[in-house]
Amino acid sequence: PRYPSRQSQNRTRMGLNTGHGSSIKEVPIVTFKWHHVETPYLIALWILVAGLAKMVIEANHHVTNVIPESALLICFGFILGGMVWGADKVQTFTLTPTVFFFYLLPQIILDAGYFMPNKLFFGNMGAILIYAIIGTCWNAASLGLSLWGCHKGGAMGDLDIGLLQYLLFGSLMAAVDPVAVIAVFEQVHVNEVLFILVFGESLLNDGVTVVLFNVFDAFVSLGGSQIDAVEIIKGIISFFVVAFGGSLLGFVFGLLVSLLTRCTKNIQIIEPGFIFVLGYLAYLTAEMLSLSAILSIVFCGVCCQKYINANMDEKSVSTVRYTMKVLANGSETMIFVFLGISAIDKTIWVWNTGFILLTLLFIMVYRFIGVFFLTWILNRYRLVPIGFIDQVIMSYGGLRGAVAYGLAVMLDENKIKEKNLMISTTLIVVYFTVIFQGITMKPLVTWLKVKRAAVTELTLIEKVQNKVFDHVLVAIEDISGQIGHNYMRDKWNYFEEKWMSWALMKPSVRKSRDHVFSVFHQLNLKDAMSYVAEGERRGSLEFIRNESAFIDFKKKFGDEFSEAMPDIMANMSDDHGAASDRRRDPVPSVSLEMHEQTMKGMRETEDINTHHLLQQHLYKGRKQHRHRYSRSHFDVNKDENEVQEIFQRTMRSRLESFKSAKMGVAPPKTISKYSKKDQQQKMPNGKSLDRSKSYYSGDEDFEFSEGDSASGYDASGSTFPMRVTYRAGAGIENPAFMPDMDPMTPIQIPPWLMEAELDSGMVAPSQRAQVRLPWTPSNLRRLAPFRASAQSNDSFMLADAPATQQRDDEELPPPPSPPPPPSNRDGGYM
Amino acid sequence: MGSSSSSMDHIPNAEELMQETGFSAAHLLRLYERFEFLDKDQTGELRPEDFGAIGGLALNPIGDRIISAFFSPGQETVDFPSFVRVLAHFRPNGTNRTRNGTQQEPVNSRTRKLKFAFQLYDQDRDGKISRAELLQVLRAMLGIQVTEEQLQSIAERAIQEADLDRDDAISFDEFKKVQQVSPHPQTPTKETPLHPTEGGR
Repeated sequence: PRYPSRQSQNRTRMGLNTGHGSSIKEVPIVTFKWHHVETPYLIALWILVAGLAKMVIEANHHVTNVIPESALLICFGFILGGMVWGADKVQTFTLTPTVFFFYLLPQIILDAGYFMPNKLFFGNMGAILIYAIIGTCWNAASLGLSLWGCHKGGAMGDLDIGLLQYLLFGSLMAAVDPVAVIAVFEQVHVNEVLFILVFGESLLNDGVTVVLFNVFDAFVSLGGSQIDAVEIIKGIISFFVVAFGGSLLGFVFGLLVSLLTRCTKNIQIIEPGFIFVLGYLAYLTAEMLSLSAILSIVFCGVCCQKYINANMDEKSVSTVRYTMKVLANGSETMIFVFLGISAIDKTIWVWNTGFILLTLLFIMVYRFIGVFFLTWILNRYRLVPIGFIDQVIMSYGGLRGAVAYGLAVMLDENKIKEKNLMISTTLIVVYFTVIFQGITMKPLVTWLKVKRAAVTELTLIEKVQNKVFDHVLVAIEDISGQIGHNYMRDKWNYFEEKWMSWALMKPSVRKSRDHVFSVFHQLNLKDAMSYVAEGERRGSLEFIRNESAFIDFKKKFGDEFSEAMPDIMANMSDDHGAASDRRRDPVPSVSLEMHEQTMKGMRETEDINTHHLLQQHLYKGRKQHRHRYSRSHFDVNKDENEVQEIFQRTMRSRLESFKSAKMGVAPPKTISKYSKKDQQQKMPNGKSLDRSKSYYSGDEDFEFSEGDSASGYDASGSTFPMRVTYRAGAGIENPAFMPDMDPMTPIQIPPWLMEAELDSGMVAPSQRAQVRLPWTPSNLRRLAPFRASAQSNDSFMLADAPATQQRDDEELPPPPSPPPPPSNRDGGYM
Repeated sequence: MGSSSSSMDHIPNAEELMQETGFSAAHLLRLYERFEFLDKDQTGELRPEDFGAIGGLALNPIGDRIISAFFSPGQETVDFPSFVRVLAHFRPNGTNRTRNGTQQEPVNSRTRKLKFAFQLYDQDRDGKISRAELLQVLRAMLGIQVTEEQLQSIAERAIQEADLDRDDAISFDEFKKVQQVSPHPQTPTKETPLHPTEGGR
């Protein structure tokens, strides 16, 4: 906040000088303008305080293990509120409905929608809808009527509340709160179905709550006598309009976002912004049309997640994910802190033991009744019945939260005399559910032995099998001639694949995505992480070079999937220091560093990273040839590609022996060729190449031009995947990967090279071979069939490149001192 | 179920089938109607072409395999009892209304279900999913976006994951273990495949 404030100060000072130039006696050097910055300053301060609170709370894990964070935040709010009250004698800061509904809630719900496990959500849609609609109506009606009955029975003394007011109160208390549910259930890790039922209900019941609240609010205004069947029917119609209209609006906005991200290739730096802005607009538009804003933003997130994740650049996706989490978590923290602060306000507290305790009791009891009854009905139709214990947890997880409080504050004092009692009761209910139920949830879950979420190890075979199962089930439904769940899903998938993806996804991504494939990709990613982590453990990444394990990985995956998994390497080289942490990161392939490559093709730079490692090995051998390649020729790509090709071929026999030794697996019969990547399209990117030149100016070894190979290359078409364009800041800062810092000094011959020489019986490569083999793509092409055939051919190939390297090495000066440990180097470079 | 119980008489060995498969009479009747519907030339036996006529199956990437699972090796046709026996694999667990007291494992047990899936892969019925067999399934399911080399890698990796005895193939035990070790969260399918009565209610 300092920066804008100083700016505005300047501005006003200037205005002051011109406007009232005569009224001041001297030029003020500084002026104190608190009121000028008061509001934004306070907001920023509160955000800071809330953030610090969370930090303090999370510092003690043994506390948060017992008491959920949300409860602690509320308690922290009590303290803060007490301090404010002590200072001002009035509660200056409370959670106002405007702030809550417009600035705090949307991002939480957008986050929920964006990260929604779609298959699970839609698979249980029926149950969720039943709970959300019927359950919520039941909660509202039963609570309102029971309280009214107790009132009539004289249980709570003299209160000026009529039946309609009770029903209004019931409707605002009815809804299970998504914020509270997320906060509590996220720490408990119950099984997915249970979670999605509670969570989905809490999201979708907003439509019902809004309608019920509005309808009863209108009824209260109209007064009992005015209400007739027509009004009630109107209310019911309005439910459908509000709920479906809101969902539809969100759907439309979701499609809009998806379409938009199709064409944001050139403004990748701001493309994450669109998601947030359009999501927010979906919320506001729904609010404007008095539709369900929560439903709107949920469905916006649900609809667009698949397409934007595919359309946007990997980095943008990471940005969206992280920003989403930052905003949602921040808002959640703020909400709970302010819920606590709001309590410390004498003016709102009206105590009525009967009313408050009865409300608490009824909420609990009717929640249990509602859940058990609805589940009983649902279980007659569900294939996997919801177990008794799950029902208990579902009922117990009916947490009320800030939405109820926000609605309560929105009540009109003129129409509802006991507004403050309702607010107090709502607060009590919120505290009870969030704090008490939140604390007891975990022991209860443990005690009842609720099925927890299994920590699933992602395996490829499993994914394949699940795919097969899906197909089988659809086929069996076809054969037995029934239209079931699987059938519908298959039809939808077909439609989605054919039309929606076609319309909403970039053609380029459409091709390259597949579930099995993506699992494959993720597994590879994990491998990469563990390799680096292993390197960490050993103190350097040296082993990567000495152990063919890594190269194995590299050859197999890096080569073939340079298209699909550029980010693996990006991560590795970006900062391998964090890699071990990232392995456990829920959001894999995260690289938040933006550097300066933002506007240019990020994919390209990532590919560079992908191939960076291999290049290290190759350049060593090139030194003696350096003079042959003109530096002015910046078309590095082709040469590097060829180098890669040769190197991989060279390595293959090592890999295979390694694999059979280590994994007990026979070598693959066929060897990778090239990923179909249009390298030509990257070629004209002269600018970046130029920059890369300057970046590497200290190390000429990185510059090659293909010279004689160019002509041969053209014939080979656009098949070489290894585009190597060096770009500054592309994540190659990691000194472990920097050629000049390369710990593998020239004289230390990497084991595979030595082996290679032994293998080949010290075949001294002819001068011609040395020159031609690595560099002429026509050669490569010609040799390509060898790769697919026996290994002996390879060993011939092996002989050449390493030997060349060997000789280079001899010419070179002795090695520099060994590299410092990676952590130090990191520090220096980051 | 609109039809009267008299239709049951058309079904050969109805009682036995119900005992064996655990289907109720209503289920069986409905399946029989379906069987007759599929049996266009009224021979009382289905040929692969009859299955092929089902529209949705043509779109199914592994439809052929599933169809062939209905036919015991060497046979060109499937009669109603066999048809029902195959479908019985897909009855949900836990609702074994008519378990015949014998020790035999019910046809819809988890193991039998997995066995069915296993045999979809294991075309040569040697009790092992070889790399080539896995590759065939993958090729069918992944379509054209993925190149042959990628398929190879995926197949290889998948086998590595499951292959405990390092024979470069997945035996049924290994296959079973994969599904046991880590039940996949999002697919209740293998636990609870299709309820054949859902649509028939």
